[in-house]
Amino acid sequence: MRRYVIIGTGVAGFSAAEAIRELDASCRIDMVGDEPHGYYSRPGLAYYLTGELNEAQLYPVGENDFRRLGINRLTAHARSIDAQSHRLGLHDGSSLAFDRLLIATGSLASPLRATGCDAEGVIKLDSLNDARKIIRLAGRARRAVVVGGGITALEIVEGLTARGVKTHYFLRGDRYWSNVLDETESRIVEHRLKEEGVTIHYHTELEEIIVERGRVVAVCTVDQRKIPCEILAVAIGVQPRKKLAEASNIRTERGILVDETLQTSQADVFAAGDVAQVIDPVTGETTLNTLWAPARQQGTVAGKNMAGVTTSYHQQPPLNVTRLASLTTTIVGRVGRGDDLDLHGIARGDSETWRRLPDAFAAQEDFDVNRLRLLVGRQTLLGAIVMGNQTLSRPLHHLVSRNIDITPIRSQLLLPNAPVADIIASFWTEYRTREALCKAETVNSGWR
Amino acid sequence: MNIRSLFKSEVTRREVLVGGWVIPEPARCVQCGICSFHCPINIDVRRYAWQGEAVKDSHCLTCGECVARCPRGVLSFGHTGLSNVEGG
Repeated sequence: MRRYVIIGTGVAGFSAAEAIRELDASCRIDMVGDEPHGYYSRPGLAYYLTGELNEAQLYPVGENDFRRLGINRLTAHARSIDAQSHRLGLHDGSSLAFDRLLIATGSLASPLRATGCDAEGVIKLDSLNDARKIIRLAGRARRAVVVGGGITALEIVEGLTARGVKTHYFLRGDRYWSNVLDETESRIVEHRLKEEGVTIHYHTELEEIIVERGRVVAVCTVDQRKIPCEILAVAIGVQPRKKLAEASNIRTERGILVDETLQTSQADVFAAGDVAQVIDPVTGETTLNTLWAPARQQGTVAGKNMAGVTTSYHQQPPLNVTRLASLTTTIVGRVGRGDDLDLHGIARGDSETWRRLPDAFAAQEDFDVNRLRLLVGRQTLLGAIVMGNQTLSRPLHHLVSRNIDITPIRSQLLLPNAPVADIIASFWTEYRTREALCKAETVNSGWR
Repeated sequence: MNIRSLFKSEVTRREVLVGGWVIPEPARCVQCGICSFHCPINIDVRRYAWQGEAVKDSHCLTCGECVARCPRGVLSFGHTGLSNVEGG
């Protein structure tokens, strides 16, 4: 009987376990995780914070599913991997034998380095425990300060605002998420936040946390302003949890380096999800993603390879459909470049690919609270952002991810004040009709 | 309401019930569970989204609550292809 050990209880780990069980009915699967809560929807925490969901709803599967899949769950901290003897050392000195091991340890919030950062009231949003803590603190807090960027910072801002906490949001630069959104998009988000009652402080950096009796009571900015608050939320990016791999002589860079089959530099040891730095076989680029869908796909691919069915991981253009200041937003492909002063490296719900925009033209259209921006390459669309009305979200996802030739509409898209949405909509209709005809012809020729 | 209009509304309802169902797009789904939470008859819509299958539960009213509530546009109505309702 083969023994599989999975470190991590997130979506990558769960998907791997599903894939393994499908291919190997009699094997042993151990799933080891630090968190006692096991597998829950990490992105769902945003809706738990705003009160749109209750805690019980965060769990996609129940005890029956774990029994059906024959997964033994163990709450423990993995300390060391001995790849030679195929043993995983745990915090209590015990060890687990494995034939194949998956590291799916995810990522953790980058810590704030400031005096007072351990005080009651300093929060982050990594886990269910963090969300519980925010809800508990928000029940008695009147004011909060949020520092950081990306999606998580807004999840916290919106969660606190929904719970009636007056929230101040510090931005180091002059706008929100400057290496993914363009200026118009940043302004749309900021405007909506202000309408919700959030005070945005531009060019503002935290200097000091003022603590009394172990609790946050205020923060001081670099320019010597003092803002009273009972909560200081930090979302300055995440770091892949790769210490275990580093301590076990597994090759790492920004994350754990894996080949196309998601195997690490050690035989029989695989990695998937936020912690894995995956390679794109076409461009040779290696990428970190902190998105749910790639984590799931990587977990499935790793599971298949662990069970002996050789499968390559093909990275799709990263897609996230999220809410930014209550505005549904689709981000797909390559849309920005450079750094964001509010983030160290990668954020949660993020992809390094989004910021690898080669030279491209932007075609854009604004209407009311909606915004559409396309990054137009030589023959294809390289990326797209759709804010508000999501009618074109699916078509654009398809056109970007399948590298569809847009030569017939390229010049129209790049005209000044082009009706971009209309051009895409009619192109999409024609494209779908053509596809349907091709399919029908294929079926007909099969009958002949 | 006369009998004709009653009949007509029944036909319309049948069109929706037989002619359409809720279809997920798994690549967009993060399993947050808002769809299942808001289903008035407690169908676990999220599970269908994980499997990438249409919500084939015979109790589904196709009321659209899950479609409207999903914050990520995972769900949409699609044609089942099971019914040709032209002419009632």
